[in-house]
Amino acid sequence: MALLLRFLFYAVFIRSIVLIVLGLHVRHRERLPRHGPAIIVANHNSHLDTMVLMSLFPLRLLPKLHPVAAMDYFLSSSLFSWFTVKVVGILPIKRTIARGDDNPLAPCDRALAEGQMLIVFPEGSRGEPEQLQSFKGGIARLAESNPAVPVIPVFLHGLGKALPKGEALLVPFFCDIFVGERLLWTGDRRSYMRQLDERMRQLALEGNFPTWE
Amino acid sequence: MQFEVAPNVLVALGGLYVILVIASAWVGMLRWRAPQKDRTELVQRIRSWWIIVTLFTVAMVMSRTVLVIFFAFVSFLALKEYLSVVPTRRADRRVLFWAYLAIPVQYYWVAQAWYGMFIIFIPVYVFLMLPLRMVVIGETKEFLRAAGTLHWGIMTLVFGISHIAYLLVLPETKNPAAGGAGLVLFLVFLTQFNDVAQYIWGKMLGRHKIIPHVSPNKTWEGFLGGVATTTLLSIVSATWLTPLRIESAAVAGLLISVAGFIGDVTISALKRDIGLKDSGSMLPGHGGILDRIDSLTYTAPLFFHFVYYLYY
Repeated sequence: MALLLRFLFYAVFIRSIVLIVLGLHVRHRERLPRHGPAIIVANHNSHLDTMVLMSLFPLRLLPKLHPVAAMDYFLSSSLFSWFTVKVVGILPIKRTIARGDDNPLAPCDRALAEGQMLIVFPEGSRGEPEQLQSFKGGIARLAESNPAVPVIPVFLHGLGKALPKGEALLVPFFCDIFVGERLLWTGDRRSYMRQLDERMRQLALEGNFPTWE
Repeated sequence: MQFEVAPNVLVALGGLYVILVIASAWVGMLRWRAPQKDRTELVQRIRSWWIIVTLFTVAMVMSRTVLVIFFAFVSFLALKEYLSVVPTRRADRRVLFWAYLAIPVQYYWVAQAWYGMFIIFIPVYVFLMLPLRMVVIGETKEFLRAAGTLHWGIMTLVFGISHIAYLLVLPETKNPAAGGAGLVLFLVFLTQFNDVAQYIWGKMLGRHKIIPHVSPNKTWEGFLGGVATTTLLSIVSATWLTPLRIESAAVAGLLISVAGFIGDVTISALKRDIGLKDSGSMLPGHGGILDRIDSLTYTAPLFFHFVYYLYY
């Protein structure tokens, strides 16, 4: 039942918004993984980011795709959490850890071990529209404990213009999606983060974006 | 389902499909003769044409209103592409939303054949109201640039393009042979044909640059060759699809070929200004929507008013 709702939500509602109201320019689509396990890493400016990334994959992968999202925000009420977990398909994790808690990324490790595909926004939360923030280190921990899982960086542009944080009115814009080459585990977290940041910056430079301020 | 397409239009559409079949066969032969050469762009370009012509045919067979909606959608895609590549202000998000709303309203006047509103809605009401909306938001930095950018986009891509759709609702009695759809086919086909003709003449004979700072590949030879060919084709095909007599068909051909050139280089100037090669990737092989309808932004209103003045 929930899975059926998820199909309807993404296949009908989200795809018609993403493909008709917005419109995507995807570069290097062939670099997207075709099966799990995999981790998609993207910059985060808008609630639309997740929807666009989900729309890049064929519908048969829908049951396997899970955006990793903050438990405190997305599980704030029981109806909302039913919607985000069952329909949107998020994998909730804790943002803040108290002493003595288990590894907050354990649910991600489990999902990857089951061959799922995770969408991760290492900027933490949606930042100022159209500005790249530096990534938080959780992604390096995830990569370290799953060194064989491919990590694919994706740069998104334009979604923060269409639906920025704190706005409810969607304004149509074409959006750019640049898919990067898969990252390999470098052996330690610091050099891994440097490589990831550098890869995102390079992807961002592929675009020639108009000013927006 | 209503089916009231004039026979002349069906024959002309059939002609279009014959051209597409020939083009596809020709490319197939080129690939067979020299398979190592990369012809992706040409192949994609023809495939995109197949899709455009098919969508147009389906819309036309369904009803006149569906065809009007088809052109409204073209305006929407073009305006979206334009607003995505030009600099806009963050403060103007809501203004841009209003600008998009102008599209269904403008095409509603078209569908109702309400000429008075069709002709003043954007040049008067939208022109006056969008700056008001901007003033209410209150951001004055770059105000003039933002207002000018937006109005230029709406005028060319919504007001200008909506003239194609208005051809559909002109009284059929004035053009019994082919009706409004005949005028649309005539205008759109001649405009696109003129682009191709200018390109081919330029490739064959091009020597003297016509407008080197804007479009370095355009030459006088290409331009004049295109004007001559398009005018000739206009004279030959006008009686089949339009109420134009031979002299006015010649003038219409001149108008479309010269205006098509101006529309083309105007969008080239825009792209050069913002540093783009193609305006988008909406139509594989062509670039963006703007790259395909650039000439139409000029030919549509000019041809419309020429015909309107003479016959309606």
